[in-house]
Amino acid sequence: MALELRSIHKHFGAVRANDGVTLEVQEGELHGVLGENGAGKSTLMKVISGFIEADSGEVHLHGERLALQSPDDAIKAGIGMLHQDPLVFLPLTVLDNFLLGSPGSFRLNRRAGEQALREAADRYGFSFDPGALAQTLTVGERQQLEIARLLWLGARVLILDEPTTGISAAQREKLFEILNRLAEDGMIVLFVSHKLEEIEQLCHRATVMQRGKVVGHVDAPFSSDQLVEMMFGDVVVSEGRPDAALGSTVLELDAVTVSERLTTVEELSLHVAAGEVLGLAGLEGSGQRTFLQACAGLLKPKAGTIRLGDVDLTGRRYRNFLDAGVHYLPAGRLEEGLVAGMSIAEHFELTSGNASFFVDWNGAEAAATRDIEHHFIKGTKESVAESLSGGNQQRLLLAMMPDDVRLLLMEHPTRGLDIESADWVWTQLLARRESGTAIVFASADLDELLRYSDRIAVFFSGNVLRIVDAGTTTPDELGFLIGGKESVP
Amino acid sequence: MNDLVRRLRVPVVSVVLALAATWLLLVVVDAPPLDALWQIWNGSLGRLSKIPDTLIAWVPLTLAAAGLIVTFQAGMWNIGVEGQIVMGAIGAAFVVRELSGPPAVVIVAAFVVGALFGIFWALIPGYLRTRFGVHEIFSGVALVFVASAIAVYLIIGPWSRTGVASTSGTDLFEERYWLPTVGADEYSWLAILVAVAAVVAIAVLMRGTRYGLRLKAVGKNHHSAFLMGIPTNAYMLSAFAMCGALAGIAGTVQALGFHHKLVPSISGNYGFLAILVVLLAGFRALWTAPIALFFAAMLVGSTQLSLRLGIDSSLAGVIQGMLVLFILVVGAWQAQRTRRLARRAETATTAGGG
Repeated sequence: MALELRSIHKHFGAVRANDGVTLEVQEGELHGVLGENGAGKSTLMKVISGFIEADSGEVHLHGERLALQSPDDAIKAGIGMLHQDPLVFLPLTVLDNFLLGSPGSFRLNRRAGEQALREAADRYGFSFDPGALAQTLTVGERQQLEIARLLWLGARVLILDEPTTGISAAQREKLFEILNRLAEDGMIVLFVSHKLEEIEQLCHRATVMQRGKVVGHVDAPFSSDQLVEMMFGDVVVSEGRPDAALGSTVLELDAVTVSERLTTVEELSLHVAAGEVLGLAGLEGSGQRTFLQACAGLLKPKAGTIRLGDVDLTGRRYRNFLDAGVHYLPAGRLEEGLVAGMSIAEHFELTSGNASFFVDWNGAEAAATRDIEHHFIKGTKESVAESLSGGNQQRLLLAMMPDDVRLLLMEHPTRGLDIESADWVWTQLLARRESGTAIVFASADLDELLRYSDRIAVFFSGNVLRIVDAGTTTPDELGFLIGGKESVP
Repeated sequence: MNDLVRRLRVPVVSVVLALAATWLLLVVVDAPPLDALWQIWNGSLGRLSKIPDTLIAWVPLTLAAAGLIVTFQAGMWNIGVEGQIVMGAIGAAFVVRELSGPPAVVIVAAFVVGALFGIFWALIPGYLRTRFGVHEIFSGVALVFVASAIAVYLIIGPWSRTGVASTSGTDLFEERYWLPTVGADEYSWLAILVAVAAVVAIAVLMRGTRYGLRLKAVGKNHHSAFLMGIPTNAYMLSAFAMCGALAGIAGTVQALGFHHKLVPSISGNYGFLAILVVLLAGFRALWTAPIALFFAAMLVGSTQLSLRLGIDSSLAGVIQGMLVLFILVVGAWQAQRTRRLARRAETATTAGGG
């Protein structure tokens, strides 16, 4: 009697998100699913919970093959998923949320619902008032509400995707207590996380994924060493980075506190010199983006100062940061960089710096054709941004960058790119660095971080755990730091 | 050639479907379809004496549509354009009632004040949108009602006709302040000139200038445009202002060129209808002129239907609505098809090892 996955395949275009995943979880087992960002954990969980359909493969529950085409199919089969952001309707009461999606006739049975909610609350120690508005609950309590709802709907398998993001330590303990009790009652719990210590503390067994494949299964007690090695694989650090002479300080942060939604970066002090490359390591949402946005002038710090060269830019507008030579290239190339529906020529003209009232379209198109050739973009001047591949979008973004950038802030410079484009991107970036641009980039790719950075700042839950010298650190050390462990045991 | 076929496919298919649906509707209500369409044609562009009537509808419709091109380019639905027309008419009425002087001066002043009133009324939803994130559709609709209420208040209150307070309108303006016409009964050449100039100016502004290019970026991806360093809020507000100015001018033309007084329904629903014109034109400025002419012809021509065939004149509205509906549906279908083809091509290249 168990949940069984057999050879699950799921492709998105050329990306193999799940490439033959096979997994078995017994009743009453707390099963961890571990892996870096992009390892395919979330895709797998969405397949099991019916949010996406697998290309091939089978899901069996208690010996019965399931046909999962929608979340509704999954919940009817007894599989419930607790999302990273709990699916709670904030303006509704706790009870109304609980009753949403409940099976049965058209008429709601509020009394039965309320009783079921109270029973679940007593049994598992949930702490909320059915009449309260959902918006008054903490994130942890919203999770409890969602769990109670899934139980009432008959869930026998509970999937939790990164459930500890944005909840306090106390709430986390409470959640773990509840999960343990559920497992004692025979529930199958799949716990997705990239935090080593949580898996170690909670799970009976864990599956490690990498690049869409299962690397292996491990039983408790776990060895951190082994888990790290399985997560990151053998990172081969290739030839040394070209050393560039560092210039004067370009970016200087002094005790900066800045927050954005669930992430707060506290009292961060840091400086980057001209010609230096600073890599930002850490799991997604650990504060790298918050930090970059503060440096770009998009988030105002609550405390501390940000200086660019000699200029204090604390609290100034984005425009002032741009004028001071800051350039920010976020991860969403098509969402926060390019404009879907506009052509390459239009993009070049938008960022050309020309100021004439009328646009000289003949000149602009000729210039665009030249730039397209010069940057090896596969497309024509009429190609719209969304028709370009990821690599060509990145080439276009770099080609649009002004010449006099002093500080380049970048997220995932080569995510999703083929090797040729990735190499080209770094050739461009290193050339910029030669001419004195300071580069700060966030990446989930240890190889990229180690190969191109001078120093690497490792973020963990909002803070810089440590800044290491890329020349002397090891992939293992980085892996441990990323997982929140200060030292290699 | 192939490109032209692809571009014309959506409008042609839509028009055919709309005509077929209209045909069906006419058959159902037991009316002769061909005869009905003939009456519409004959009551609008088909007869020389009816052409001025058609142009009376064409001018405000075209002006409002030209204005909406700008707000659509900025990615916004300025539904409130109807109220902006009303405010323009109120501004113009104020000038000709209160000012006296050489007609040329007063008329120009009426246009300027009408445009300013329209700008003011458009900047309210613009400000609420950029400052507080209030959706311009909601604030715009609310302000349409407020503008109408102000017009009615003026008509039955401070500007009521001497002796009688009636919703039929204010006293006629002094005749020398009416917009100049060529013949006695014909429509004003000045109004037509203004509409043509507006369409051309907006077309050039949107296609040929840096302002239009940046506005397009703001409309298509507000976030990317901001990161590029474009002051997105200022651009959005300027789009509202420009649309408000053209709507205000439309209101001025309605007041000084057609009604020659302020009436409660001075905007004549042209603002709402202009949204359909722009949708049908695919957001291209130059196309709004012929499409507005088509709409104006339907509107004016369909008044013949009740007279001659006993069919309600709302048939024109039904046809226009269906046309837009089919354009949207066929357009969406085309876009979906293009996406699917693109995806298939992509999968094919990936599979082929590209």
